[in-house]
Amino acid sequence: MRPTFSIIFFTVISGAGYGLWMLVGLAFALAWPGCLLDAEIGPVDAQSSVCGMPSTLAVAWAAGFLLVSAGLLSSLAHLGQPQRAWRALSQWRSSWLSREGVAALLAYVPATGLFLIWLGQQSPGHLVPALLLENETLVRVTGALLAAASIVTVFCTANIYACLKPIRAWNNRLVVPAYLAFAALSGMLLLWALATLPSRDLVPAAQETVWSVLLPSAVIVLAVISAAIKLTYWKQIDQPSGLRTAHVIGLDGLGNVRSFEQPHTQENYLTHEMGFRIARKHSRKLRLICLLAGFATPAILALLALLVPGPGGVAAWIGLLAGMFGIFLERWLFFAEARHAVMLYYGAHGD
Amino acid sequence: MTSLPAAATRKLGLVIDLDTCVGCHACAVACKEWNDGGSFGPLPDKDTHGPEPEGVWFNRVHSYEATGMGSGEWGMATAKSEAKSSCTSPIPDSQFLIPGTIHFPRSCLHCETPACVTVCPTGASYKRAEDGIVLVDEDKCIGCQLCAWACPYGAREFSAQRGVMQKCTLCVDRIYNETLDEADRQPACVLACPTRARHFGDLGDAQSDVSKLVAERGGYALMPEFGYQPVNRYLPPRPRRDASRANSHPQPAAEAIDTTQMSPLLRWVDRVLSR
Repeated sequence: MRPTFSIIFFTVISGAGYGLWMLVGLAFALAWPGCLLDAEIGPVDAQSSVCGMPSTLAVAWAAGFLLVSAGLLSSLAHLGQPQRAWRALSQWRSSWLSREGVAALLAYVPATGLFLIWLGQQSPGHLVPALLLENETLVRVTGALLAAASIVTVFCTANIYACLKPIRAWNNRLVVPAYLAFAALSGMLLLWALATLPSRDLVPAAQETVWSVLLPSAVIVLAVISAAIKLTYWKQIDQPSGLRTAHVIGLDGLGNVRSFEQPHTQENYLTHEMGFRIARKHSRKLRLICLLAGFATPAILALLALLVPGPGGVAAWIGLLAGMFGIFLERWLFFAEARHAVMLYYGAHGD
Repeated sequence: MTSLPAAATRKLGLVIDLDTCVGCHACAVACKEWNDGGSFGPLPDKDTHGPEPEGVWFNRVHSYEATGMGSGEWGMATAKSEAKSSCTSPIPDSQFLIPGTIHFPRSCLHCETPACVTVCPTGASYKRAEDGIVLVDEDKCIGCQLCAWACPYGAREFSAQRGVMQKCTLCVDRIYNETLDEADRQPACVLACPTRARHFGDLGDAQSDVSKLVAERGGYALMPEFGYQPVNRYLPPRPRRDASRANSHPQPAAEAIDTTQMSPLLRWVDRVLSR
């Protein structure tokens, strides 16, 4: 399949954004509002049980917003009639693409809710009623909804590809776990990098230590899981399908069938869109680069950051760059290596 | 709505005879001509008279050669055991005669459960409840091309010029067109075929001419393993009678002639004619 830049950019960048939003949402739902990690920051005011939002989470929310929005806008560039994109929200009963669009828009609702909470805390007494700001359950539920909507959106994105039977490399049960794992990994790399930025919060050493241990450890775990999924996936798609041209025209009994005359002298939409070959030629090297950059480098840097405290910020940002490069390459390969059954009519071998 | 309608009783479709198709592309040309001016057109091309012309056609004709079956163009072959897949071949697994070339017209099969319809996010792609024809509403299509990816038969082509997906309409603007003579209310490809290799009718009616033809000739559906239940049927090539006769009655070897026994005149004639 032809690797279209707008789709690769969309799935990688919005995946990272949703991964980040998922983590921000989880932080809101599980840890932050009640200041579980730290009692010293204290509540916004004496009556409230809700803490001031740590600036790392606010920055992470904003980064997630930029990435998700940039990704979604990029997906419109792929359309032949982008001005009609709103129509894609209508068929959620049958279409994963439609479900993705609905889930993507729904995710903005709890995201806006968290933004309002942050805004209200910046100027207490205005904009947002204090009653809402002080309601710990409401804050936790909003966070949980953001995490859930982010996961559901990435799940839908992955299923757009996983439901396409004519593309064997996509119609694979590891595609959905891979999309979710890469979204979580890229989100975690982003959060790790953002957490090393100078913060204006008065964060006590104890909490600092939790962050600096928790985030690199999570990066290592997610990198190992992602690499394991991808290696297994590659092993599976490398199995020959055994499909041949004689089969697709329904005459298996003919044995070998060779296309001696194509229906058209020049390329057409099908051969252009589905006849992409060059990636499979260099598959081994590209996969190796993907593994090294996308998974090994971030994991090793995270391990170093755990063992050698100090230049954690440099490790986190190099890890983020390498990881995103690797995931871009992974997504390019996901498209470029996949074969479409229709190419067998054109005499392609294998699948 | 891109959810599928309840199973239609009428299943309009095509039956294509691979035995008589000669690969002349008349069906493809007639299709392009009709639909360029029809209600689902136009079908504009890019670089029409230049070196890289490209555009949407609803019908494409492939030409294949069966190879690795011995030397002759028409020869005897045994179905290889490896060819026995889970999907039964319409050609019996025994000694049979294969044609050396197969011309294979490829177009929309108007599947009963088409994935191209259910993946569509806008409702532009739909299957008609009344006759099972799969169509694209070009005013709703956003050109995301997911339907083309979902089709293993390559039935859909994206028009870069119009920004929408286009596909075979089974000439829905001909077959119900009362301004045409009744004999002309057939898809353009069917009417154009010089060898009558294409037949149009209701494959949901067991008594229709096309259904009888399919039953008689062992018509088959393409790639049933995908589960999309194509309506169109293909008729397999018949065994070649001429080839079988040639094989069972081999040509007699040339008679032995001793030219030294002949007169000089005849020897000279033999030499001249043997050149």
